[in-house]
Amino acid sequence: MTRVTRFALRDPGATARVSGFVAHLRDHGFALGVFETQTAMQALTHINAADPVQVLLALKSVCAACEDDSKRFGALFDAYWRNEGRVRHKTAPGNDKVARHTRTNREALGQQSQGSGTIDSPDAGGGEAMADGEGRLVASHVQNLMKKDMRDLVSPGDIAEAARVARRMAKAMRDRRSRRRIAARKGAQIDFRKVVRKSLATGGEPIHLPRRNRPDRPVQITALCDVSGSMTVYARVFLSFLAGLIRVDDTADAYLFHTRLARITGALRDDDPLRALNRLTLLADGFGGGSKIGSNLALFAQTYARRFVSGRSVVIILSDGYDTDPPAVLAAALRDIRRRGCKIIWLNPLKGWKDYAPVAAGMAAALPYLDMFAAANTLENLSALERDLAWV
Amino acid sequence: MTEWMTLSAQLADHGYIASPDLAMALHIAQKLGRPLLLEGAAGVGKTEVARTLSAVFDTKLIRLQCYEGLDASHAIYEWNYQRQLLAIRAAAEDGKTGRAVEDRIFSEEFLLQRPLLQAIRQEKAPVLLIDEIDRADQEFEAYLLEILSDFQISVPELGTLTAKTRPHVILTSNGTRDLSDALRRRCIYAFVDYPDRQTELAILAARCPDLDARLAGQIVGFVQALRKEELEKKPGIAEMLDFAAALTGLGLNDLNDDPHILRATLVTLLKTQSDRANVPIEVAQRLAGKAA
Repeated sequence: MTRVTRFALRDPGATARVSGFVAHLRDHGFALGVFETQTAMQALTHINAADPVQVLLALKSVCAACEDDSKRFGALFDAYWRNEGRVRHKTAPGNDKVARHTRTNREALGQQSQGSGTIDSPDAGGGEAMADGEGRLVASHVQNLMKKDMRDLVSPGDIAEAARVARRMAKAMRDRRSRRRIAARKGAQIDFRKVVRKSLATGGEPIHLPRRNRPDRPVQITALCDVSGSMTVYARVFLSFLAGLIRVDDTADAYLFHTRLARITGALRDDDPLRALNRLTLLADGFGGGSKIGSNLALFAQTYARRFVSGRSVVIILSDGYDTDPPAVLAAALRDIRRRGCKIIWLNPLKGWKDYAPVAAGMAAALPYLDMFAAANTLENLSALERDLAWV
Repeated sequence: MTEWMTLSAQLADHGYIASPDLAMALHIAQKLGRPLLLEGAAGVGKTEVARTLSAVFDTKLIRLQCYEGLDASHAIYEWNYQRQLLAIRAAAEDGKTGRAVEDRIFSEEFLLQRPLLQAIRQEKAPVLLIDEIDRADQEFEAYLLEILSDFQISVPELGTLTAKTRPHVILTSNGTRDLSDALRRRCIYAFVDYPDRQTELAILAARCPDLDARLAGQIVGFVQALRKEELEKKPGIAEMLDFAAALTGLGLNDLNDDPHILRATLVTLLKTQSDRANVPIEVAQRLAGKAA
């Protein structure tokens, strides 16, 4: 048997330990409640609870609820039960006390971050951006380990406003009703031919009234938001836009990426907008760090896109196109995504600038694969897109 | 031997090699009387679990295949309208009317039982397999939740039909859409992954007992290596078994014998054009060489 956590002497017993474990999992983003604790206790009565392997497997089957959970479970189990008494309880952010320490960006940057940049130029002071002398934004390699609180960036008021814009946009894109009519369970018209045919089986009495309707061909929106250093100033707008979009559209899907890719749909769909932002903070670990657009999109194409992107999808990428990966990676990733049959829209905040040309290597490589390349740096800009999007 | 290992051994007797994760989840789900939700890529043997379980318990397997637009009349029950109408006509000729006829045509005799109702009306608890729940609509998912929590179905004309026995419920999902948290919470969960080398060898041995041990090792090694390549659709266990069957059918004793036959048999493993293009003959040979 491996090391086992030594619990305090005044330990109140097994139930408390298990509920402590459930709390530990909850801190790490598992959606668990009293009901699960109860189930876990019941499950333990049906196995040999002195055998760590059995306990691990049993608790895993009860507490993990998706693929992600089940992959992480082993490590979390070890941290709680087998770490020689060092119970890591509050390693997760998203909890007020932790977040409050890094409330202002400047302090945090000065004291904790490895990066030398400030909020709008990630490599300031010795970085590439300064050396260039033109104040050009460049992609940053540094993975920012600072925990930034999303609530500083997005307020509930913004979300309400963004939700309004997103609702209009989603509506503009989604109304794709077919002109044909096909058989349907509910529908405006009665399918007369079918009524007559079906009535034969019931002796000429029209008992079934089959109906016809125009089938809905909804467009599924998938949004990927770049939150790397060079995008920090725009992140506020984009994140509230995503939050709004997810809240109004049941089928929409959202991701954010910096040096890693994270799916934020679940977090944003939380009933309480503020709690949603708390959960987002948890996922935004590394926010404002480097940008690896190419490899993130490649990962997206190989994993999530296979499940969630189809011919009826519109993939919206919100990024400035400053990439630290080779342009070929980005081009290949976009080609893969496109092969799913979807439309790709790239919204670039820099395009709003006067005299902007997509010269960044990544952006240039991406252009051939885009259905639409537009500017977007404020909510007004986004809402102006409504008309164009209807035609994508 | 503890109970869950007994279950695992029983499954193995019936030709299903379960990972410890899965065996434990099955055990817990049985003990607590909860539905078991299985997720995983296509072809890792999710549906097969239910089939084997019904063999282990020596009971019926009732299967409900979900699809978009699946509704209550296909999943739960429906009145047999034609027979009802005939009964009304016949009754009218006999001169019977009113109450008596009504009671007769709304009796269980005229009720068409669909899988969910069947499952709770069995004398011996069956295994109820709800396949690809992610394909059904969200409304159906909500309805299912209700049935899975109290195991009773109310038919307005008949009253509430309660379960005679509690079926062993297994739900499978391929992840084409996110399931609701409510459904996940009700279920015991197991993620079925591609098996490791040992497990896969055991599966192959269980399914093709006459296969030469060396060739079996090569086949498993080759398929495992192939899964590490960048493919659109990774070969599952079913594909691996097809591959083994194809090789034995062609009388190949060693993967490295004939690269052209190897290439030809890849049709059992690679199911898209681009995957075929990604694994040219040289790559296949290299993988086969490593697997030996």
